[in-house]
Amino acid sequence: MKTIEEIFEILKAKFGDSILELKTDQPVEPFIIADPLEIDKICFFLRDEEGLLFDSLMNLSGVDDANGESKNDESGALNIIGGTLSVYYHIESTKILHKLCLKVSTQRENPEVASVFNVWRHADWQEREAYDLIGIKFLNHPDLRRILMPYDWEAGHPLRKDYKNPEFYQGMKVPY
Amino acid sequence: MPVEIEENIKTKSGNLRTEEMILNMGPQHPSTHGVLRLELQLEGEVITKVIPHIGYLHRCFEKHAEAMTYPQVIPYTDRIDYLASMGNEFGYAVAVEKLLGIEIPERVEYIRVIMAELQRIASHLVALGTYGADIGAFTPFLFCFRDREKILNLFEITCGARLLYNYIWVGGLSHDLHPDFVRLAKEFTSYFKPKIKELNDLLSYNRIFTERTANVGILPVETAINFGVTGPMLRGSGLKWDLRKNDPYSVYNKFDFDIPVGQGLMGTVGDSWDRYFVRVLEMSESLKIIEQALEQLPEGDVTSAIPKRVKPPVGQVYARIENPRGELGYFIISNGTPNPFRVKVRGPSFVNLGVMDELCRGHMVADIITILGSVDIVLGEVDR
Amino acid sequence: MIYDFFLKLFGNDVLAMLVSSLIPLFILVLPFTLVAVWLERKVSAHMQDRLGPMRVGWHGWLQTIADLIKLIQKEDIVATDNDKPLFNLAPILVFAGSYAAFAVIPLSSIFIGSNIDLGIFFIIGISGLVVAGILMAGWSSNNKYSLLGAMRSAAQIVSYEIPTILVVLTMVMITGTMNLRTLSEMQTGYFWNWMIFGGPDFGVAKFIFIPLMIAGFIIIYISTLAEVNRTPFDIPEAESELVSGYHTEYSGMKFAMFFLAEYANMFAVSVVVVALFLGGYQSPFGYLGNLFNAHWLIPIEQFFWFVAKGVFFVFVQMWLRWTLPRLRVDQLMALCWKYLIPIAFVNLLIVGIITVL
Repeated sequence: MKTIEEIFEILKAKFGDSILELKTDQPVEPFIIADPLEIDKICFFLRDEEGLLFDSLMNLSGVDDANGESKNDESGALNIIGGTLSVYYHIESTKILHKLCLKVSTQRENPEVASVFNVWRHADWQEREAYDLIGIKFLNHPDLRRILMPYDWEAGHPLRKDYKNPEFYQGMKVPY
Repeated sequence: MPVEIEENIKTKSGNLRTEEMILNMGPQHPSTHGVLRLELQLEGEVITKVIPHIGYLHRCFEKHAEAMTYPQVIPYTDRIDYLASMGNEFGYAVAVEKLLGIEIPERVEYIRVIMAELQRIASHLVALGTYGADIGAFTPFLFCFRDREKILNLFEITCGARLLYNYIWVGGLSHDLHPDFVRLAKEFTSYFKPKIKELNDLLSYNRIFTERTANVGILPVETAINFGVTGPMLRGSGLKWDLRKNDPYSVYNKFDFDIPVGQGLMGTVGDSWDRYFVRVLEMSESLKIIEQALEQLPEGDVTSAIPKRVKPPVGQVYARIENPRGELGYFIISNGTPNPFRVKVRGPSFVNLGVMDELCRGHMVADIITILGSVDIVLGEVDR
Repeated sequence: MIYDFFLKLFGNDVLAMLVSSLIPLFILVLPFTLVAVWLERKVSAHMQDRLGPMRVGWHGWLQTIADLIKLIQKEDIVATDNDKPLFNLAPILVFAGSYAAFAVIPLSSIFIGSNIDLGIFFIIGISGLVVAGILMAGWSSNNKYSLLGAMRSAAQIVSYEIPTILVVLTMVMITGTMNLRTLSEMQTGYFWNWMIFGGPDFGVAKFIFIPLMIAGFIIIYISTLAEVNRTPFDIPEAESELVSGYHTEYSGMKFAMFFLAEYANMFAVSVVVVALFLGGYQSPFGYLGNLFNAHWLIPIEQFFWFVAKGVFFVFVQMWLRWTLPRLRVDQLMALCWKYLIPIAFVNLLIVGIITVL
């Protein structure tokens, strides 16, 4: 079982600049921040390396950090410009029984993160959900389309903090 | 309609392959356990691809959770997996208590364990009963529901509700146990033990049932771990992985119970019969836990540790529990305000459903029902 | 003989024929169908630890009539794309095929609808009408599910006719006649003269026949269970898989016809099995009429025994339905072609050899 500091050292030695920092000051769990476009290589390494063997993705969540500049437009609704969107990966090893949390952050306009579809197939539907609800595009995902919202939902990504409900959807009034 | 389906149709007529048919097991169907749409691409009777379409029951739980305070979210967590509500509340309470860093009284922990295990038995009874009904055996369905009524009576005298409880709160419970609860629960455990044997005689070892379910939908262990499958599905494939033992939470480390695994008694390891039988065996293990917990139940005040105002520090937590369907995880990010910043629910049925395509390839249409029943999904958890 | 009675009453042979042929229909089959629906609901309820219909009449025996009235007054939905002539004709064919089998079944020693020498052959032939009706229903419903259900049902019925015919051939070889009335007459006496116990001729052959007859009885019971689409063979109407199969699109009176035809079919096949193997209308213990020297009582007793045996086997069919899960299509076909047909053939061979010797 490795502690998060040891894993951080191993990753830093292998990937250098792609591993950005280790954040341990907040409760409850510490996490490692990494580069969004290199995350798939990092995850391949984490899954296959002897001594790490992270063969199971527990959770993948997209988060709207809402840390940009927020201003209200003419109708009083919130608009957020700039800032980041993040994806958190929680992974564990069923053989060595240790866990790890990774975070990647990408810019709010045109967010792109490398997909870990080929590392763990679990990411297939989780990434589709992150795309659907937060709007993060996962590169190299074979079938990135909406999963929970209707396939032709035009009005944006619902879990963003500045999401507004549309007036009409296919002729039906939305807020009732 | 997704683009790839239309392309498929075009190439089929272009290549003069006229045998492939697209059949829709629509959102309203007696056997899909909820509003699930399965698009089947068939060649005759054999399936080439299964595409599940979900989202018909999406109720925006995660968006609602951002607008309410931490204790107000609990009734909403009930409705994620409406057949195992105690489990959902338990997971959320464990997550928020970890974030707050508070200690809760032992009596609360024991009662939570008893409720969670009773809920596990009730949920497995629904799963097994409806599985039998899908295969065609109508009688075990009613026997299972008759036994489940007794469990729901126990829940009703505790918190007043039969299905959606709002009972396990952050830091404690909403009510203490009814004075008759321990006696009635002990009566239930002695009533239920022979019923498991009756279910086995009627359904599990029935020749027609085993012919229908053995060697159908075989899930190898490596595929299961890669797809993130957890719960009885993973244990049915042979891996002894249970969060109550591998990553203990609450007071599970004080009880003595076993983890049943699929051993391929009727076919290969990891087929539908194994997944079904793991659930049957889990019910008897849960009975053991309930009996031990009822013996060891300490005294105490269940509402003493409930905080007046839940305002966790800035941080995040990922806490998970063993739901009857698998690993239920709550990822909560707090930004110091009384409302959560982000609550992500890792629903086990959502993840387990992703493996349907792999399981169903090469089987026949009638086997889809068998496989879907053994995956045991609840659409509330898939769609949230 | 009832025909002669009516002939004397009316003096007109057409009228007498009409009345005497409608009698089995109205006295036996239709009331039986109504009772069978109620019986099924009560049997299934008690097997599942609940009560079933209790309010409509004493313990719910009027429930079937209430359901029929409801079905009659429902809207008759015919979708635009359906093939209307086929759609309307299909339930009539299925209904007629099921009820026509009763024409040659002897209800008691004085009454048989039509005393033709080809009794059993006629019944097997008429069952073909049912297959045609089912296929028409599935096709004209313009629904992929119904078509799948109808094709499966047709395949199932046609395959399971073969073991049925083989066992019937066995019986015909032993008794030398296809006329159901003569078959029943041959099994007079007490119950050890029944075919299942080797037949009326006492001798070594009788005892050798007993296991063969029992095997034949089991084969024909399973095959006829499959012919009427009952669980464990009810894939065509499996509601958890194909939402009612070939009769999904029917509503109102047409659905009622399918429904009633199913129960009449169940009764018909169980009565045929009884007539072949268990003595038809003969009593197992001798007649009270003989005891009291009241010979007019005997036909009534025979009718009673006939109905009792038929109802008992219908009850066993219901019992099997509510206990066993259903077989998948390929397992069903495998059971028929790989197991029942070889066993029936071997049975036929052995019985043939013994009969010749």
